[in-house]
Amino acid sequence: MLILTCPACGIAADETELHPGGEAHVARAGPHASEEAFSDYLFSRENPRGVHFERWRHAMGCGKWFHAARCTVTLEIFGTYRADCTAPPEALLERIRAARPGWSWRDFK
Amino acid sequence: MSERVTPAAGGRNGALRIMGPESRGMVTLRADLADETIAAALGDVLPLGVPGRREGRHDGAKGALWMSPDELLLLCERDGAGALVARIGEALDGLHHLVADMSDARAVFTLEGEEYREVLAKLGPADMSPRGLAHGEVRRTRLGQIPAALWLRGDTRAEVICFRSVAGYLHDLLWQAAAPGGRVGYFQRADGPPA
Ligand SMILES: [Zn+2]
Repeated sequence: MLILTCPACGIAADETELHPGGEAHVARAGPHASEEAFSDYLFSRENPRGVHFERWRHAMGCGKWFHAARCTVTLEIFGTYRADCTAPPEALLERIRAARPGWSWRDFK
Repeated sequence: MSERVTPAAGGRNGALRIMGPESRGMVTLRADLADETIAAALGDVLPLGVPGRREGRHDGAKGALWMSPDELLLLCERDGAGALVARIGEALDGLHHLVADMSDARAVFTLEGEEYREVLAKLGPADMSPRGLAHGEVRRTRLGQIPAALWLRGDTRAEVICFRSVAGYLHDLLWQAAAPGGRVGYFQRADGPPA
C-alpha cells in the first residue's frame, strides 16, 4: 500500500485516494517527428527494478496532479514534487543518490 | 423543474447523532488563492478572508473552506448563494476566476458525539487521530466508495460534505458504521494512536 504526500495540499494520501497517471516526464515527440520517435513516445515506457518516477493525481482530495519518486522493489518513497516541471528537483535527486548509489533512470543519475 | 430528492433524515444511532443530509448555500470559487490581488479584490465580500491550507473558517451560517490551492468552498444561507455569486463576480471582474452556485450539487451531514472519529475511521483511509486531523481542519478524502470532505468542528461535532447524488449512500454508510455493538474504541486505548 502506497502513501504519497500530495505537494499541493500536504495530505499523506492513501493509494485508494490517488489515481495513477503513469510514467513521469514523458515528452511528446514532434511535430515532424519520425514515426519511430512518435511510436516510442506513445508506447515505450521505462520498466525499472528500482528507482522510478511517476505521475499521480490526488483524485479523492484536492484534485491536483503531482510527481512521485519511489522504488519499485521496496516501495520506498523518495519524495513527491509538483506537476509543472520537466525534471525532478535537485534536492530529491540528491536524496535518491544517497539512498541508491549508482542509480539511473533515463538521463537522470 | 425536478424536485430535490433527499433520503430520510437521520437520528441517533449508538453514541452518534447523525443529522442530514442538509442542503446549504454553497458557492465554489476557483482562482489562484496565493495571488494577493485576488484576496485584496475579494475584500469585504469575503469577511472571513481567504483560509490557509486545509483550513475551514466559519461565522454563523457563513463559512470559507480551503479545498485546493485554487478552490474555496463558501458556505452561506440556502437562499443567499445566488447573491454571493453575483457579489464575487463583481469583485473579481477582470481577474481570472470562476464562481458558481453549487448548493444543489452537495449535501452536508452533521455528526454529533464523542465517537465521530471512531466512526469515520472505519469508512476511509484518512488518519482520524487528533494528531492526524485537528479541529478546524478540512480533509478531503474517501468514505466507502465516494469522495467526501470532513470538517472537524470540535471534540463532539464534525461535518461531512458529499455530492447530493450519493447522500443516501453516505447516510446508510454512517448509520451502519455507528451502530451499537460496533464500537472499536481505538482512539481511547492506551496503545491507540500516538498523542
Ligand atoms: Zn492534494
